[in-house]
Amino acid sequence: MLTLADANLRLNARPIDYALIAVYFAFVLGIGLLARRKVASSMDFFLSGRSMPAWVTGLAFISANLAAVEILGMTADGAQYGLPSVHYYWIGAVPAMVFLGLVMMPFYYGSKVRSVPEFLLRRFGRFAHLVNSVSFALAQVLIAGVNLYALSTVVNLLLGWPSWLSILAAGAIVLVYTLLGGLSAAIYNEVMQFFVILALLLPLTLVGLHRVGGWNGLVGRIDGSSGDAALQLHSWPGTNLTGIGDSTLSVLGIVFGLGFVLSFGYWTTNFTEVQRALSARSMSAARRTPLIGAYPKTLLILLIMIPGMVAAVLSPQLSALKAANAADPSVQSLGGVSFNNSIELLMRDLLPNGMLGIAIAGLLAAFMAGMAANVSSFNTVVTYDIWQTYVKKDRPDEYYLRTGRVLTVVGCLVAIGTAFIAGNFGNIMDYLQTLFGFFNAPLFATFVLGMFWKRMTPAAGGIGLIAGTASAITIDMLNRTGILHVSGQGASFLGAIAAFVVDILLSVAVSLVTRPRTDAELTGLVWSLTRRGDRVHEATGEDAGWYRRPAVLAVGVLALATALNIAFW
Amino acid sequence: MFENRPRRTASSQRAQTLFDLRTIIAALFGIYGTVLTVMGAAGQMPAELRKAGGWNVNLWCGLGMLAFATAFGAWALLRPVSVPPAEADPDTRDTALARTG
Repeated sequence: MLTLADANLRLNARPIDYALIAVYFAFVLGIGLLARRKVASSMDFFLSGRSMPAWVTGLAFISANLAAVEILGMTADGAQYGLPSVHYYWIGAVPAMVFLGLVMMPFYYGSKVRSVPEFLLRRFGRFAHLVNSVSFALAQVLIAGVNLYALSTVVNLLLGWPSWLSILAAGAIVLVYTLLGGLSAAIYNEVMQFFVILALLLPLTLVGLHRVGGWNGLVGRIDGSSGDAALQLHSWPGTNLTGIGDSTLSVLGIVFGLGFVLSFGYWTTNFTEVQRALSARSMSAARRTPLIGAYPKTLLILLIMIPGMVAAVLSPQLSALKAANAADPSVQSLGGVSFNNSIELLMRDLLPNGMLGIAIAGLLAAFMAGMAANVSSFNTVVTYDIWQTYVKKDRPDEYYLRTGRVLTVVGCLVAIGTAFIAGNFGNIMDYLQTLFGFFNAPLFATFVLGMFWKRMTPAAGGIGLIAGTASAITIDMLNRTGILHVSGQGASFLGAIAAFVVDILLSVAVSLVTRPRTDAELTGLVWSLTRRGDRVHEATGEDAGWYRRPAVLAVGVLALATALNIAFW
Repeated sequence: MFENRPRRTASSQRAQTLFDLRTIIAALFGIYGTVLTVMGAAGQMPAELRKAGGWNVNLWCGLGMLAFATAFGAWALLRPVSVPPAEADPDTRDTALARTG
């Protein structure tokens, strides 16, 4: 991941920069203290009492995903592959978010489940539920640990702090505010973090473009410097991103693998995201959450990708790496600099003291947003789906509120421990993260089939999930051992497609020979058994107005993504 | 935002505006904008100007943040949060639980 002890990326941070960073942390903790006042029940702690307005949950929805691993990773993709990296957002995330808001949210919010695994429990029973809640909870704390570890390497690199200090400090801050204010504190902070992250990305993009002579200057510089400039300057067919040589197959890989399966799987079933929408104050606000989030999401990739492309042109170290990488794809770092350092290089080279401090705060904000999102979904799933469902049933609500607080501490401690271990086994953590990515693709297949086909049986739910995950892992193994030859991101797209297809086929086959649940048990969980009245929402009071209609918002954002796709064809 | 307070006196209304998320964001960027604008207006060193291709980054970012803070502050003042009628139905979790059982 981030191994760069010898490159001199140290930022020249001065007291004023530290002061601006300190101001930010004072606000983060202050929000935790303020949010504490309204935590009275477990619903308040885990789902913000279902009281959030849609613009807040919408921004938190994308902020929870806009962790630093995402920002560093996507700028790295921008630096390495150029324009094809937009597909993660315009083909991947945005259509999936629209699908979540229009089609799936009515079932999630309407059935009053408190988590995504709980939906599986009611639709498919205990087998699928247990598989999903345990794998999800485990993945969340481990990913939180990865976030924390990545933060410590960046802080070490930029400011020269020892790793253990930044791991403990950041872990403690996230712990304090999620412990105090629960999901509300996490969500309010995510929204504030969103704007601080913008304050990092927007100046970098504008100043960076200015330095290279605008968009045309950037295009000219890329044209002149690298052999596959055409691939980098057009979003399609993106063969450099997928590593699939054939243009048609590459496009299919992007549309079905990345778009339909991977992204739909992630955005529609990952509880970390869905939890933000479940905390909305009404069905209408819940449906609007991913739709409102989709607008900034669509534009955000420009502010992430362009700095990456600029960095690869401006920084001599990065251009040297890029040339070496083009000649031999196995070269991932050169002289201690890897593509993951693009944003740090730009911060060092473009920003004056003052703005630099705010940019560092933005980067730290991104790390903590990611970790807080993981911890707050972890404590909810463990409390409601594991503890309350299988271990201690029927206790008073205060008991579960207390459990949630204890689990927040446990989650943070495990994450801190993971971060320390990851320091010694960097590659293992990388691998773990890929591994947990395997759970999402089959999950989406099971959800979609289960929501639209009432005949699908509980046994099919569980078996489909396991077989789908197994096939994604198999593809990955085949690629790692060299039996399949796909470089770039193609292997994970292929694995996702395999998981989806196997899950669907097997689920149908198993359903046909096992006994389905009765219609009465599935009311509100399956499309054909849910009255239209339960699927649509009130459009009165604060939910009134044509501009608040989910369909209108959906058409608008899809049009925006399409227009951008054409503009950057 | 932190609106689950039953009483709605003038002072609690003021407290709500103060604890409104929009006010908090406006305050943060108000501080940031002021500091950056002052730093930028005090003049940038030639080396730092060269970094940004001649732009005074602190000044422009500072002014941008002040404008943003003003917009958020105005939004919070002009459209204060209204306390929604008691909407939390107490049987939410009970029904959810009952059905899972």
